[in-house]
Amino acid sequence: MSDPNSQLDAQGKLKHFLTIEGLNRGLLTEILDYAEGFLGVARQAVKKVPLCRGRVVANLFFENSTRTRTTFELAAKRLSADVLNLNISTSATAKGETLLDTLRNLEAMQVDMFVVRHAQSGAAHFIAAHAAPHVSVINAGDGRHAHPTQAMLDMFTIRRHKGDFSRLRVAIVGDILHSRVARSQMLALKALGVPDVRVIAPRTLMPAQVEEAFGVSAYHDLREGVRDADVVIMLRIQHERMNSALLPSEHEYFQLFGLTEKRLATARPDAIVMHPGPINRGVEMDSQVADGPRSVILEQVSNGIAVRMAVMSMCLGAQNLHTQGQGEFNG
Amino acid sequence: MTNVSVKKATIWKDTPDIDAAMVRMADELVALLARRGIADPLMIGIHTGGVWIAERLHARLGLGEPLGCLDISFYRDDFSRIGMHPEVKPSRLPVSVDDRHLILVDDVMHSGRTIRAALNVLFDYGRPASVILATLAERGGRELPIAPDVVGLHAHLEGDEEIRLTGPEPLRMMRGQIPGKPALKGADTGPDHSSNLDPVQDHP
Repeated sequence: MSDPNSQLDAQGKLKHFLTIEGLNRGLLTEILDYAEGFLGVARQAVKKVPLCRGRVVANLFFENSTRTRTTFELAAKRLSADVLNLNISTSATAKGETLLDTLRNLEAMQVDMFVVRHAQSGAAHFIAAHAAPHVSVINAGDGRHAHPTQAMLDMFTIRRHKGDFSRLRVAIVGDILHSRVARSQMLALKALGVPDVRVIAPRTLMPAQVEEAFGVSAYHDLREGVRDADVVIMLRIQHERMNSALLPSEHEYFQLFGLTEKRLATARPDAIVMHPGPINRGVEMDSQVADGPRSVILEQVSNGIAVRMAVMSMCLGAQNLHTQGQGEFNG
Repeated sequence: MTNVSVKKATIWKDTPDIDAAMVRMADELVALLARRGIADPLMIGIHTGGVWIAERLHARLGLGEPLGCLDISFYRDDFSRIGMHPEVKPSRLPVSVDDRHLILVDDVMHSGRTIRAALNVLFDYGRPASVILATLAERGGRELPIAPDVVGLHAHLEGDEEIRLTGPEPLRMMRGQIPGKPALKGADTGPDHSSNLDPVQDHP
C-alpha cells in the first residue's frame, strides 16, 4: 500500500480521503465539526449550499453499492457539484479500455473528484497515485482495506449521541477478518481517543493479532463482549462467507452472534446500536433490535450525507489552495 | 509595498460605548418597526459577533420568538480561493422565515459580502416578507450595493486598519491591524476567530 500520508497536501490539508490511517485526532475532529454544519442543510427548504458549484464529481463504482453511491451522489448535489455516475463494471472496462485510459478520459472532461468503490484493496490509492495532480480521490470502500467515510459517519453518529469519546466502550461485532468497515472504525475510534474498543467475532472471522495491531480487545462471546458497552456496532455478514467454510450457517451464526434484546441486556441501558446496512434481519440482529429504541441505523444514513459533504468539500477546498499556491490565481 | 509600521490593535470602543450603541440601535429598530407597521419580527444574528449583538438586542426588544442564528460559511464567495473556512457553526432558524419580517444582525459592515451570503442562506430557508439589516458598526469599503438600516457606530479608518468585535464577555471593539485575519479584499466575510466561545452552539 502506498504511503497513507499521501492523502494530505503540503499544508497538511486533506487532498484525498483514502484511509483513516495516518490521520490525527485534530483532522478527524475537523471532519466531524464540518459535518455538524452540513447537517443543517437538510433542514433548509432548498437542501443545497453553493459551496462546490461548478465542480464535477465522478462516482466510479467498480463494485455495486446502492446506499453508498446514493449518499455520495446526494452529498455532491447538496454541495451544488455536478455528478457523473459511472457503473464501470458494465461500461468501459468491459469493452477493454484500461482503468488508466478511463481516468484520462474523465480528466479530459474536467472532473475534479473521483469517488471510488472497488473490490480490490488499494484501488483508491492506485487511482490517487495516477490521477492528475488537480484531482481528488475519495475511497468509498476498497476490498478488505478501508471504508473511511463509513467509519467517519459512524464516529459522527457516536459523537452526536455520546458527546465525549474519551470515556466510551465500543463493541464491534461480526466479520472482523474481512471487514473494511471494521478496520476503518478501529483506527478512527483509537485516533479519537476511545479507551475501550472491543471486537467480537467467531474465531474463523477474527484476524490474527488484531489486539496488537489495533489496540483493541478480542472477544469470542457476544454477551461478554457487549457488557457495559456504550455503543454496539453490528457488521454485515456477507452471504458468500456462508458458502465458504468460515461460517456454519446463518441460523447458527444468529444463535451465537446475533443481537437480540436479551443479549443486549448486559450493555449499558443507554447503549446505541449501529449497523452500516443493509441489515440481514435474523442474521446479525433480530428486528426487535433493528427497529427498537436503541437503534440509530437510519440516523447513520442521514449522517452519512453530512459527513460525505464535509469530506468532499474539504478535499475540493484544498485543491483551491493548491491552485493558488501554484500562482494560477491572481486573486 | 507592505506597511512597515505595524500598528497594534487597540480598544476602539469599550463595553459601555457598545452598550450605549446597542440602546440607540434598539430605539431605532422600535421606531423603524413602528413606521413599517411590523408587529412580530424574527431576529437573526450572523455567527459569531452578530449573534452576540443580536442576543442583547433581542432581549432589549423583548421579542417573543426565539433568536435565530446563521452561519454563512457554506455561502462564502471565497471558497474557490481559500477553501473551507474554519469554525463552521450550525445555522439555527427555530421558526420558519416564510412571510415573516426579519431583522438580520451583524457586528461589522464592511464589503457587504457577508450580508450577500446571509441573504442567500435566508432565501434557501424560505421567502421572508422583508429583511431589515442592523449592524453594530459600519466602516468604509463597500463592494456591493448593500446598506444597513440601523447602525450603532461609524468607524473612519486609515490605510489597512480594521475593526473587530471581541467577546462575548466583555464586548469590545478593537481597532488597528488585527492578526489572524485572512489577507483578502472584502475579508469581513468570515466569522470572528477571536473567541471559541459560542453561546448558541447546537451540540448534543
